[in-house]
Amino acid sequence: MQTQLVKCTINGKHTETVVDVRASLTDMLRNDYRLTSVKKGCEVGECGACNVLIDGECFNSCIYLAVWADGKNIRTLEGLLGENGELSDIQQAFIDEAAVQCGFCTPGFIMSAIEILESGKLYTRDELRKLLSGHLCRCTGYENILNAVEKTMKRRLGIEV
Amino acid sequence: MIVGKSVKRVDAFDKVTGRALYTDDMADKSALIAKIVHSTVAHGYVKSVDISEAEKVEGVVKIVTCFDVPKFKFPTAGHPWSTDPHHQDVSDRLLLTEHVRFYGDDVVAIVAENEIAATQAARLVKVEYEELPFVLDPLESMKDGAPQLFEDYPNNILNHTGYEDGNYEEAIKDPGLIKIEGWYETPIVQHCHIENHICYAKEEAGKIVVVSSTQIPHIVRRVIGQALGIPWGRVRVIKPYIGGGFGNKQDALYEPLCAYLSTQVGGRLVKLDVSREETFVSNRVRHPIKFHLTTYAREDGTFVARRMEGFSNQGAYTSHGHGIVAKGATGFRQLYQSELATKADVYTVFTNCPVAGAMRGYGIPQAMFALESHIEDCAKALGLDPMAIRTKNMMPVGFVDGFSKNENYFDSLNQVIEKGKKYIDWDRKFAEYQNQTGPIRRGVGMAIFWYNTAVWPISLESCSCRMVLNQDGSIQLQLGETEIGQGADTVFSQMAAETLGIGMDKVHIISTQDTDLTPYGTGAYASRQTYIGGFAIKQTALILKDKILEYAHYLCRMPKFDLDIIDGNVVHLTTKRTLISLEELATTALYSLERSEHITAESTYQCKSNAFSLGCAFAEVEVDIPLCKVKLLNLINVHDCGQLINPQLAEAQVHGGMSMAIGFGLSEQLLLDPKTGRPLNNNLLDYKLSTTMDHPHLEAQFVENFEPTSAYGTKALGEPPAVPGAPAIRNAVLNATGVAINKLPLNPHNLFARFKEEGLL
Amino acid sequence: MYDMKALYEATSVQHAIELLKEHPEAKIIAGGSDVLIQMREGRLAGIELVSIYKIDELRGISMDDDGTLRIRPLTSFSHITRDPLIQKHINVLGEAVDKVGGPQIRNIGTIGGNTCNGVTSADSASTLHAWDAIMEITGENGVRRLPIREFYVGPGRVALAHDELLTSILIRKESYEGYLGHYIKYAMRNAMDIATTGCSVNCKLSADKKVFEDVRIAYGVAGPVPMRTPSAEAAIRGKEVSMENIEAFAKAALQDVNPRTSWRASKEFRLQLVEELAKRALIECVKLSGGTI
Repeated sequence: MQTQLVKCTINGKHTETVVDVRASLTDMLRNDYRLTSVKKGCEVGECGACNVLIDGECFNSCIYLAVWADGKNIRTLEGLLGENGELSDIQQAFIDEAAVQCGFCTPGFIMSAIEILESGKLYTRDELRKLLSGHLCRCTGYENILNAVEKTMKRRLGIEV
Repeated sequence: MIVGKSVKRVDAFDKVTGRALYTDDMADKSALIAKIVHSTVAHGYVKSVDISEAEKVEGVVKIVTCFDVPKFKFPTAGHPWSTDPHHQDVSDRLLLTEHVRFYGDDVVAIVAENEIAATQAARLVKVEYEELPFVLDPLESMKDGAPQLFEDYPNNILNHTGYEDGNYEEAIKDPGLIKIEGWYETPIVQHCHIENHICYAKEEAGKIVVVSSTQIPHIVRRVIGQALGIPWGRVRVIKPYIGGGFGNKQDALYEPLCAYLSTQVGGRLVKLDVSREETFVSNRVRHPIKFHLTTYAREDGTFVARRMEGFSNQGAYTSHGHGIVAKGATGFRQLYQSELATKADVYTVFTNCPVAGAMRGYGIPQAMFALESHIEDCAKALGLDPMAIRTKNMMPVGFVDGFSKNENYFDSLNQVIEKGKKYIDWDRKFAEYQNQTGPIRRGVGMAIFWYNTAVWPISLESCSCRMVLNQDGSIQLQLGETEIGQGADTVFSQMAAETLGIGMDKVHIISTQDTDLTPYGTGAYASRQTYIGGFAIKQTALILKDKILEYAHYLCRMPKFDLDIIDGNVVHLTTKRTLISLEELATTALYSLERSEHITAESTYQCKSNAFSLGCAFAEVEVDIPLCKVKLLNLINVHDCGQLINPQLAEAQVHGGMSMAIGFGLSEQLLLDPKTGRPLNNNLLDYKLSTTMDHPHLEAQFVENFEPTSAYGTKALGEPPAVPGAPAIRNAVLNATGVAINKLPLNPHNLFARFKEEGLL
Repeated sequence: MYDMKALYEATSVQHAIELLKEHPEAKIIAGGSDVLIQMREGRLAGIELVSIYKIDELRGISMDDDGTLRIRPLTSFSHITRDPLIQKHINVLGEAVDKVGGPQIRNIGTIGGNTCNGVTSADSASTLHAWDAIMEITGENGVRRLPIREFYVGPGRVALAHDELLTSILIRKESYEGYLGHYIKYAMRNAMDIATTGCSVNCKLSADKKVFEDVRIAYGVAGPVPMRTPSAEAAIRGKEVSMENIEAFAKAALQDVNPRTSWRASKEFRLQLVEELAKRALIECVKLSGGTI
């Protein structure tokens, strides 16, 4: 088995992992770090359930080799809670807007929302649809997910919702 | 009041933080990995299996072939077991099969130390087949001389049922009748829950323990017992959070095989994680159905005689079987009334297609597509307003179904139609969109639907509930009914809080079902959770409350009949005085040296009623004729599902159903190669599930008529939202272009063909 | 876990070429959104990979002294769309690659991977054809350049030797100056899809916006490889801006294309699209160029 040392930051913590070069980043995050918010829905980059942030951009970790994470800053849903376990605004919005049903696509969607929110830009509803289009959801019809992201975006920009 | 309020989901916090554990999250890393070798022919016999190369792969622990497995045939449908042999589900499955009946059937299973070894070994297994002719179309399959799938079912007919109200042949002789007929056809679609089916199994304490992503843990337990030929009590099934089901997981899928594989490796932990590609083909799909509908009507639009013929494509094994098209036939019979006669004949036919099972709506999305398209065609043929022809003939208030004794208590259909019309601005747009020319045209369309709640009197309806009072006055709540994403845990908690007079924070629902620990319930299907669960919750809560008040009577010496629980306190009704908090009472009861009592309640409720759940959808579309594309501009669903237990969650659930209806109407279909039966697009790229960019705003509205038969006034809402969207879209395209498209989905391929036929291109 | 025999991580272009020479069976992996999926499907299972993903010198967009736009192959789709040089000089390329898959795919997918896999449906390919892109290829013996039309040799095949890398995609100044373009991706849904047919058109109008000085058009999935349709271009070059001429242009495109019937779409339907998309894309180009139609 060919292995490689991967040094990266995961949810703010510096980590060193010896990984099997055959591992996807999903495999590494789930198996080595038990970051189970990183879900497996298709493993070929079509559903978005395994989405994580790498250096601020969203990637389907199922089609990202774990060894490529070397030197990167990786964020998963587990990293969003505050120091005292408080929810971030977008997580709260997903609860408040009933944007969660079975919950399997939720972590991936929230991480895409983070990239959207951290851009600091105001997007139209249609632009948000496009920015979230890399995620499939079978429960919600996306309606309340869009509501949660749109309202949080506006709140962060000081726009009344 | 807690029922009727939009409280937040009880599982939302865990789901937005990643704490909610699903099957794969719970499986130990030490698990052996199972992979299945699927049939690469649509029909044939396995002549031989060569595993010599596969066995050499490092890490392979065990290879089991179709020749090795026990020969206990078992059924898979998520139905309550029947003690009447004539009413039992058909047992036609084996864990692995020598007689493969569809491309994707299960032939060999590999167990290996890791995923790669298992996958490599699966690729190296050489299976030699004696190929047989195959058939994919139900009408072809029924013909004499067609390839036979099962010896016991001549002409591949699994079942045929029919009914005749009045005398159809006589009725159509009535002078002056106009005949309208058409064929309507729906495709193979798949549930596409985002979590694929997954399970793992191990032996522990003399039992087989299976953790599974299932909607029906108690049923799966029974099926595993049947498949392995072991007593059912030796099987323990645990259902954690699941990433959607929509009916696919209302079957025993690979749990029996996984359990068996564990027994073949000394009871070690074996995980069977189904890939997306396998999910599409080797789990279940929605039955494609071809309907032929005929209506004889008077010029004024009165339906005099109506006829349905239906041919439901079962695929290769029985699964839920005939129940699907049979339910469609019931919807046909009841949603509209005929002056003289209604007749139906529906067939469920085996073919060498992927196995069809339950999928959100259970035959009603197919039947309502056919029926509501046909009604529109009737209106067009008679030159009548499509709304008027519906209101003239649809199920009236006071209608009682002789079989189920369901009564249509309210004018729900007219009420939902009014709301839908208003939202979409129907009267103006319907007129405005007639007779357009030009390449891009708009249209509006609508459809109503019929649905009924739960499965009585076809099958058993019962549910058990347990409540345990904790020292702090809170309760544990357990039901056999399952949270599958729809929000069942939340509404169950609301119901319990409501009847017990305690706050939501005092109800701790145990989301996981564990057949060793959880009271019996059949699970999530038939839109039964709120309706059936409600009875058991109310009954059990009243028992618990009675015990609490009995103890309060003992402590406070006030008559029990003058006591109640309000906001978590025992209150003396006459004086309005709070006598004791539930917390104090519960602690006292548990630790009392004089009268210690563990206050719990458990009860079973058998329900012998059922309720109509009615509604409609209105759609507005823009059709780009040269590009053969339908753009959905507006969609509204209006439902009467009785009292809403949680309006916000109800609305969210409707959105999801509407989304599924959009896919059914416009884009989704699983394609099989006609030459080989091989699936062509069994992945999420090529199977066109709607994305965020394929939807307009989804509007969900309700009419709330308190359902008299129900514990909390509620009835079906799980499945109905997925029903009316497709025919509403189809009718909107008809309104826009004048072209009736009777084959779903209304994708560019089908539009291109029809527009060519009609000379639009 | 991916079923791979070995992974060799290249640190530079030269290193990658060396690794490829050392491992004659190895396949290049850039972003992996194609290669990894084929491994998962079993088609490429058990292979050796030379990863070039970490070679940062192959990322980014710049302009050469002579005004040539230089797009390095590992530039992700999303970075192309956001790049100021692209936005200024060949915005349509940014728009075209913004239609690939979804946002996450556009973050991992690279333009080099999109072209080097040789598929006809690649959203970048038709636009690069329509803008006369030059492929700069580096091998052991140095750098060579090839017009994109010669780069595509057949379905899934491009003119790269085993130990060569695509190191830049060049758009010359004379190819972009004065041109404005529009790309239409026709697919079954609005995201996460591959093109049923893609059409990229650009034009240069006369100063008075009345005449088509030049029009270039290329398709994806109108034949086995992305293709220009010279008959259509010839039919409209020098012609007046009019609906009649645009329709003749769109019809002429049918002479050059060669779509096939597959389960994804019939030949007849693709021909319908070929004509209709040409028309609509050129109308859009006229509007972008300040003309009226």
